[in-house]
Amino acid sequence: MRTLLRRALLAGIAAVLPMAAHAATEIRIMWYNDGNEGEVARDLLNRFEAANPDIKVVLDQVPYKMITENLPQLVSSGQAPDIARITDLGGQADQYLDLGPLLKDRAYWEKNFAAVLPWTRPAGNTTGIFGLMTQLTVTMPIVNETLFQQAGIPLPGPKATWQEWAIAAKAVAQKTGAPIPIAMDRSGHRMAGPAISMGAKFFDGDTPALVDDGFKVMTKLLYDWHRDGTMSKQIWGSVGGTAYRGANEEFANGQVVLYFSGNWQFPQFAKTIGDGFDWHGVNNPCGPAACTGMPGGAALVAYKSTKHPAEAARVLDYLASEPVYAEFHARTLFLTAHAGLAAKGIAYKADMPQVRKSLEAAAANVLALSPVAYKLQGYARNRILFNALTVRLNQAIAGEMSLDDAWGRMTSDVADGLKAAGVK
Amino acid sequence: MITTLARLIDAPFDALQRRFGAARMPYVFVAPNLLVFGIFVAAPMILNVWYAITGGTQFMPADRPYVGASNFAELLDCTNHFIPATCKQDRFWRAVANTSWFVAFQVIGLVAISLLTALILNRRMPWRGFFRAVFFYPVLLSPVVVALIWKWILQPDGVLNAIVVGSGGARVPFLLDPGWAFSWTIVVSIWAHMGFYTLILLAGLQAIPADLYEAAEMDGTPHVRVFWRITLPLLMPNMLVVLVLALIRAVQSFDEIFVLTGGGPGTATQYIVQYIYETAFANQTHILGLAATASMLVGGVLLVLTLLQLAASARARGEAGR
Amino acid sequence: MIRFLTRRRGGARADWTDWFSWAYLALGVLVMFGPVLWLVLSSFKTQSALQEFPPSLWPMGQKQVAVPGSDRPLPVFSLPQPDGTSVERVMIRRVGLEGQFIDPADPARHVERARLANVTPVREMHFAIENYIEPLRQFNFARFLGNSLFVTIVATAITLLINAMCAFALSKYEFPGRNGIFLFIISTLMIPITVVLVPAFLIVTGLGLGNSLWGVILPPAATPTGVFLLRQYMLTIPDELMDAARMDHASEWRLFWRIILPLAAPALAVLAIFSVVWRWNDFLWPLIVLNRQENFTLQLGLAAFQGELQTQWHYLLAMTVVTLLPVTLVFAFLQKYITTGIASSGMK
Repeated sequence: MRTLLRRALLAGIAAVLPMAAHAATEIRIMWYNDGNEGEVARDLLNRFEAANPDIKVVLDQVPYKMITENLPQLVSSGQAPDIARITDLGGQADQYLDLGPLLKDRAYWEKNFAAVLPWTRPAGNTTGIFGLMTQLTVTMPIVNETLFQQAGIPLPGPKATWQEWAIAAKAVAQKTGAPIPIAMDRSGHRMAGPAISMGAKFFDGDTPALVDDGFKVMTKLLYDWHRDGTMSKQIWGSVGGTAYRGANEEFANGQVVLYFSGNWQFPQFAKTIGDGFDWHGVNNPCGPAACTGMPGGAALVAYKSTKHPAEAARVLDYLASEPVYAEFHARTLFLTAHAGLAAKGIAYKADMPQVRKSLEAAAANVLALSPVAYKLQGYARNRILFNALTVRLNQAIAGEMSLDDAWGRMTSDVADGLKAAGVK
Repeated sequence: MITTLARLIDAPFDALQRRFGAARMPYVFVAPNLLVFGIFVAAPMILNVWYAITGGTQFMPADRPYVGASNFAELLDCTNHFIPATCKQDRFWRAVANTSWFVAFQVIGLVAISLLTALILNRRMPWRGFFRAVFFYPVLLSPVVVALIWKWILQPDGVLNAIVVGSGGARVPFLLDPGWAFSWTIVVSIWAHMGFYTLILLAGLQAIPADLYEAAEMDGTPHVRVFWRITLPLLMPNMLVVLVLALIRAVQSFDEIFVLTGGGPGTATQYIVQYIYETAFANQTHILGLAATASMLVGGVLLVLTLLQLAASARARGEAGR
Repeated sequence: MIRFLTRRRGGARADWTDWFSWAYLALGVLVMFGPVLWLVLSSFKTQSALQEFPPSLWPMGQKQVAVPGSDRPLPVFSLPQPDGTSVERVMIRRVGLEGQFIDPADPARHVERARLANVTPVREMHFAIENYIEPLRQFNFARFLGNSLFVTIVATAITLLINAMCAFALSKYEFPGRNGIFLFIISTLMIPITVVLVPAFLIVTGLGLGNSLWGVILPPAATPTGVFLLRQYMLTIPDELMDAARMDHASEWRLFWRIILPLAAPALAVLAIFSVVWRWNDFLWPLIVLNRQENFTLQLGLAAFQGELQTQWHYLLAMTVVTLLPVTLVFAFLQKYITTGIASSGMK
């Protein structure tokens, strides 16, 4: 089956392109890894190279730090790679190459990636195609069902509120001796979904406004949970600044009842936990406003400074093509941003019931995403908000300042950040 | 073969000497070092000044708008400089306060432990070379490795907690409690660097003439007095080198602690270089002006501290009669 | 009293200060080597073994056996029997809080059921060498190693040469500007490169050295520490040696190359050791300069195991061991020379 596909692909591309006689053009992709995606991408690109001898794709697998800290400098000083895999989607959008005119089938992209294309567009642009999502993520809870069974407490239903989950998780922890009822990744992005469920708007019209009533409810909840032992300082209290900290190890060790993270954890848990206990993703808990998580993900973007825009577009076109895109997701267990594939369903290479159940829950969570969450994710400067939230809430939790002071500092941090970034 | 090679190296310099004369040769000797130094060390520092007096988030110097001293004003804007919460840039002042405490404890601890170790290693005993090597080994490890090793040991499920639990205690959140985390940054920092300072002090101890001790022994001088009257004064030049270097490096501490605690919990272990690094790099908005300004303030403080110590060392040398 | 504060001139009988010294040294060995040893042991544990608490000293893993009919090896548990003994059984599947087990010796026989709370995993020593093989296979390890060696060797050679030339001029000549140059160099000892990364990066790329190993090698080559160390040492070399050679019409360069440099060998050795260690371990600066994988040094290549969302401890620990191995080996063979070199020449 796969060879047939490959042959069809080969024939298709060969028909479009006259035989390339000149030396291969080199396209460089700066790529970071969370799991096995680099391996899979390399494999897929090898096939592309075999079919396109005129293009050689170099996959520079770099530390994630280089993407966040070094790449922006390279881009600003005109030394960007041809393509990079980024997570700060709108960060340097004015430097991205508009792929639209270079793509073979623009309509295919517009039809299948309609929801995510705005994330990589520069401010004011509403029509261009600036990036290919390699991975769609949704933040969501993962529960240790075995602990619930041992405690004899039923899992709260799909419409349960955050407060109900907290009570249930705490009761389970008490009965089973698990030390951490609820864990949440230390990240402003993770906090945003629950806050939106509580009614946070994050914007006043189009101006970012971090602290509002809904936001206060959720931050207060998180703050209180750290006081009463529902959450452990191990996660939010462990590092300073904006540093990320997950609770994968604690969860895999059976110490956490409910772990609020995201669908990207599934492949790892399939490997580390395996059959050790029953774990799976569940629907996002509700608040008065919604039952939402945050969308997110990584995208491949090409830069204006590339000397080979046509070739870069061909590489991305290949990776976006339905069979290739489907295989990439099937092998990496990533959620797809491709509307057509999402509707059809992807044949994930996972036989574990835990993973299947989790992927189903993730799909449901994508459907339940609030428009506010999409708007926040599409906002190019959203990290200013997330960073202010992480740093200041952390200080409040660590006991360095009161929650009121933390809210005040968040507001002034956001104002400073926006001012420095030149946003009026 | 080797002589031809040597001639080949000699020839250009001999030619330079014929061209400029022997009196100008010193300039030829300093030129390569100064060139590299000027381009890659001095020029960035000058450029850094430009960043400090310009604003915005742009990387390219030409794109940055001139803002005068407003970065300095922003950074120094406090109602009370001793209470970080009253400052506009409260995180900077927290970092200053944290760094001051860290430097004080780390330098004192480092010098004390290095001195004790040097005194013990200076005794006549078997396997002295081996023990000297043991204490020196961590100096060779990269800061990232040092931090990872300790992070692995100190984590809640780590081996140290296993020992604590095994001996009947409750788990200690070593890197989660502000006090513990702060202490561990000091311990790890001393662990990683003490070998180097121990060797410098050991060199000083071995240079003390043995007959001084013999004379003291014959006079029946108490050992404590021998230590204060002979050992310590004669060790002073090495002690000063150790103090200057330890102080400079303590203020500059970054990699180990950044990987170990990330500055947390809260901001309990966020030190000054990390503040600069995060302001310039880690956050999405790269506020380079503020970072450059902070680095100039740090450089200034270090310069003053070093000059003070150099002056002290010059006086000490004068007294030692050199 | 506090006898250890002075040196014990052999011959005397052992007193409490000797005991104290030995205890201190024993503790020192534990504290200094223990953490590294623990790292090495941990690096051989499997990903799931790393998450156990309390951790086992030796790398242990659950025993697994291949059973006909299953495409992967299955875990072995110890099942208690009614008579108080226990038997080893293979778990074929887990249902809720129960497991289904079969006898590995007789897989065709009936399936036993048992509550998971009642069974214990059978463990055996298991070295997870895949922690090492997997990353080394994924990356072009030889290339990274080659780059690291190139940077370390070339940078050390350049550092030694230009620092020694500079130190020679500063210590053996009187010339206008000498003190100014010396102070200028020493004063930059205060500024860590971390805080001027942005301007330094701009200059390096402006000169076209971005993404080149030379961009990593050159900037830190003119170390103030090196100049300081060598100058202090050369000051102790008597000038008479140079005067005698000048009588024989040796050029200034030959005075440096043939006379002073060989005499400064101990100090050069110390600087060489530090330069090698600095360059081999350098992370932040190469991270800024290099962004193409074929130019990566070992430290950069290994850092690629830290993604946005997860730290892969099992790979990270193994790769940390790989980076500290060369330094440790060099040290093991040269330790005597290194420590005595520093002790005898360092910082007079």
